[in-house]
Amino acid sequence: MSKGRYGIHGGQYIPETLMNEVNKLEKAYEFFKQDIGFNRELGTLLKEYAGRPSLLYYAEKMTKDLGGAKIYFKREDLNHTGSHKINNVLGQALLAKKMGKTRIIAETGAGQHGVATATAASLLGLECEIFMGKEDTARQALNVYRMELLGAKVHPVESGTQTLKDAVNECMREWTKRVDDTLYVLGSVMGPHPFPMLVRDFQSVISREAKEQILQKEGRLPDVVLACVGGGSNAMGMFYDFLPHREVRLIGCEAAGRGIHTRETAATIATGTEGIFHGMKSYFCQDEFGQIAPVYSISAGLDYPGIGPEHAYLYDTGRAEYVAITDEEAVEAFEYIARTEGIIAAIESSHAVAQVKKMAPLMKKNQILICCLSGRGDKDVAAIARYRGVDLYE
Amino acid sequence: MSKISDAFKGKKAFIGFLTAGDPSLEKTEELIVAMERAGADLIEIGIPFSDPIAEGPVIQDANVRALTAPGGCSTEQVFGLAERVSRRVTVPLVFLTYLNPVFKYGYKEFCQRCAETGISGLIIPDLPFEERGELEPALDSFGIELISLIAPTSMERIHMLARKARGYIYLVSSMGVTGMRREITTDVEELLDRIRQVTDTPIAIGFGINTPEQAEKYAQIADGVIVGSAIVKLIGEYGENAVKPVEDYVRKMVEGCKAGTDD
Repeated sequence: MSKGRYGIHGGQYIPETLMNEVNKLEKAYEFFKQDIGFNRELGTLLKEYAGRPSLLYYAEKMTKDLGGAKIYFKREDLNHTGSHKINNVLGQALLAKKMGKTRIIAETGAGQHGVATATAASLLGLECEIFMGKEDTARQALNVYRMELLGAKVHPVESGTQTLKDAVNECMREWTKRVDDTLYVLGSVMGPHPFPMLVRDFQSVISREAKEQILQKEGRLPDVVLACVGGGSNAMGMFYDFLPHREVRLIGCEAAGRGIHTRETAATIATGTEGIFHGMKSYFCQDEFGQIAPVYSISAGLDYPGIGPEHAYLYDTGRAEYVAITDEEAVEAFEYIARTEGIIAAIESSHAVAQVKKMAPLMKKNQILICCLSGRGDKDVAAIARYRGVDLYE
Repeated sequence: MSKISDAFKGKKAFIGFLTAGDPSLEKTEELIVAMERAGADLIEIGIPFSDPIAEGPVIQDANVRALTAPGGCSTEQVFGLAERVSRRVTVPLVFLTYLNPVFKYGYKEFCQRCAETGISGLIIPDLPFEERGELEPALDSFGIELISLIAPTSMERIHMLARKARGYIYLVSSMGVTGMRREITTDVEELLDRIRQVTDTPIAIGFGINTPEQAEKYAQIADGVIVGSAIVKLIGEYGENAVKPVEDYVRKMVEGCKAGTDD
């Protein structure tokens, strides 16, 4: 078996043109991850620029209202640029610079990763190009303008379903055209090795902090840890330091869209099968001949037909559980947390909040649950209004 | 000698590519017969895929046309095409496919069907050297040759790649995806030299070649030339009426290729 395996998943299924480059990236990462200077620089950026550590917030009102487990939120929504994406992007952009690259490219779905990448590029003086499905550029026009404000060039992708998977395709094509001066800053724990490992490592700061914070506040580990899952980067980051503690239940919340028994879903674990795509072996939504299925979710960030290989492995081994949350449940959770806690959470993160609503009442009052709020929801307000029949455009 | 290496014996091979099911499976069959008639020495048949990450816009569009054509274009239907057309032509046929359709069909079952339907080899753009181990037992059982791709970025990997090469080596002339290029800027000759130090497997150059002059130029230094996007573009333009323009074009390219053959 080749490198970067998680059980049978993972690997490096990419064109020969890119193999030399991903090998170089792996070597550079192995070197810099041990490098004191690199770690100090990244640590400073995370603290002084991104605003880490993020808060672990006790949601007292929700806890009382739901009447069960104590609920904590890991507030990644309070990071600079408004989501967990900045953790990975600062790491990769700094790595790109150390490797002598002058240009970074990235895919984006909702625009969160694109905005984070454009931000890091602007800060570190790198050229930046973002690939975004044309349909998503229409759904998230404000984020397109944000990226342009930050100095990035945004390419609307018109091939295929014009959403996140097509943006990844186009980004890979662009990278094969120009590798010498360019690093592909992948936004999730997916793609060919070393990306799933590298992105997970940069995101694991979430669980490293959360573990320390909960021990300080409660003197013990949580019973349940939850996060939403598209490709799965905030979930991998939120799970990672809890993996060795088998008593902590880990739950990933996928986007069921209009339901897992409809065709309009993006729930990969619930409806997908084993496959090989975007450089990795994992689970994918696809037909019997291996054509990748068009997927759907109200959330552009979870609207992806696959899942990172380490999640596929955690599912296979039973270490993590995966549940599917519908659009309707996510929108209700979006509204609920706004009214109850005064937090407008991203529609992606609201999928995890929906699961909190379901399970907290069934847990005992002395039990503890931590849910990752991966991003803030300002970007979603107009879409939620439209979902509720309010004719509002940004 | 395999059927594939025979295609390179005593001449510079012209290799044509088209996407199965574009504009229809029936037309693909006629186009393959016409390409052989025009002098093509080997034909690559693309199995359409929803997300062809190594293709430029021309072949991407062909994939969409094939998959959305009335009646569709499943892997099973492409095997049906192979079975019919391999009775009508003598040149070797190879499939170009992404790995997922092969994986879903089952490696063993896929290779067995290839052998049964007259397919001699496979080109899989997203299966690099490091991952080929999982497919190799099935390839070996049924005598299917996996064509190795070598790219401008492969310089340090050539020894490893070329040593295992079977059939022919697909030398990717340029960075990026498939598509017609006015000029190829890679130092192809250095790549060729390096490969020839390791193996005598024939080397065909692809990516960007579309004029008879380019065919002549690259036939002079390599063992064959591969033309895809230019043919697929004609099929896209002429649709149901593409047989004659494709045949005429391939004939001109074959002549270019012959002009590049050493005396």
